[in-house]
Amino acid sequence: MQPIVQVQDLHKNFGSLEVLRGIDLDVTEGETVVLLGSSGSGKSTLLRCINFMEEPSSGIIRLHGKAVGQQRNGRTVYRGAELCKLRTRIGMVFQHFNLFPHMTVLQNVMEGQVTVLRRSREEAEAKAMKQLARVGLDEKAREFPARLSGGQKQRVAIARALAMDPEVMLFDEVTSALDPELVGEVLKTMRQLAEEGMTMICVTHELGFAYHVANRVTFLHQGQILEEGTPQEVLGAPKAQRVREFLEGHSLFKLPG
Amino acid sequence: MGYQWDFATVLSYWDVLLGGGLATLRLFAVTVTLGLGGGLVMGMLRHAGSPVLRYPATAFVELFRNTPVLVQIIWFYFALPVLVPFDISPFLASAMGITLNTIAFSSEIFRGGIQSMERGQWEAAKAIGMNHAQTMRRIILPQAIKRMLAPLTNRGIEVFKMSTLASIVSYPEVLNQAKLIASMEYNPIESYTTVAIIFFVVLFPIVQATYVLERRFGKSD
Repeated sequence: MQPIVQVQDLHKNFGSLEVLRGIDLDVTEGETVVLLGSSGSGKSTLLRCINFMEEPSSGIIRLHGKAVGQQRNGRTVYRGAELCKLRTRIGMVFQHFNLFPHMTVLQNVMEGQVTVLRRSREEAEAKAMKQLARVGLDEKAREFPARLSGGQKQRVAIARALAMDPEVMLFDEVTSALDPELVGEVLKTMRQLAEEGMTMICVTHELGFAYHVANRVTFLHQGQILEEGTPQEVLGAPKAQRVREFLEGHSLFKLPG
Repeated sequence: MGYQWDFATVLSYWDVLLGGGLATLRLFAVTVTLGLGGGLVMGMLRHAGSPVLRYPATAFVELFRNTPVLVQIIWFYFALPVLVPFDISPFLASAMGITLNTIAFSSEIFRGGIQSMERGQWEAAKAIGMNHAQTMRRIILPQAIKRMLAPLTNRGIEVFKMSTLASIVSYPEVLNQAKLIASMEYNPIESYTTVAIIFFVVLFPIVQATYVLERRFGKSD
């Protein structure tokens, strides 16, 4: 089966700082991949390169087999319009929710549909309500984000991304800014999405989520993939010393059994 | 002391003052619209855009921010006709000077307001496929405008009062008309006091109204 997302020899520099140093990653339809690694390992940058929030320094990213950008004089150039279109097909959820505070919950979830996809208001509203129901917040549709809890805000952000009918969803440490008691509701929503067959790439420190939900865990270290495999392999019997140290640092995570 | 205040004479010229008031409003309407509108465009050019747009915009802002409007009006009235093949009316010269100055100052307000928006708002808009213009129009400006309301109100008041500078080229606005009355009736104190009162009576309620507006905007946050 052809992968939905293919990352090939991806490099990203910020000035002289090499954050990604040759990443290869294939994600197939319906798969949930969790990216692990300590801070500075490049996992967030990798995620942000996939929907071109950051432009890769070199390397190729393919969506459904089609490479993004055009080759010109041995370099890849990206047109703004192409990237905008691409981002409508890749949903992203952020650590700090980034809801639009001047719009109601419903308007937040309708905005991209109406402004970018040019859907009619009726269609956008119907779709928004459906996605809000999916994350369990349809009764909050008329509220402003300021009236919601962190967990609710994040679920609205998920609904906002889902309303664009993305082929892939990216989650960038979406529970890191939440109070501990609110983490569960967001993870539950993500788990439900994964079970419904959504293709997901998640940067997270929630090892329990990685263990129970991910099909594959990828461990990044210093801009490269250090270890990759099923959660049982990587979390249960890590080969690399660095991965073992990382897991020991997360003392709260105990493998079942 | 012993000065005999005589406002009756000034008020007997109410039609002259009214004409001046209308001329002031006309000048204000044109300059505040073009000045703030142009300032918005200039502010956006200075915020983003390629260096090709940014440097000329910065040069423009610095030129008109750092020279007196009064001198600009005089210059447009007397010097510009030497360079262009048509006459410049007092209205045009005044409107140009005040508008360009307003663009320069308000563009800084717009730029600051736009820059004060959290990066996350740009990112969230980008992530759902919005381009720069859509993000500006739908996400950034509607929020930034609330933060800019107070400084923009100040700018508006300043523009209104700057209209008196047009008297230097004899545009018949309020101050110019008061000057005429003073020169005919030898009552400059009463004439100019009347001008001050007129300005206060017009501006004060407007400022109060914007306070109310600001509070209302503040609530929805």
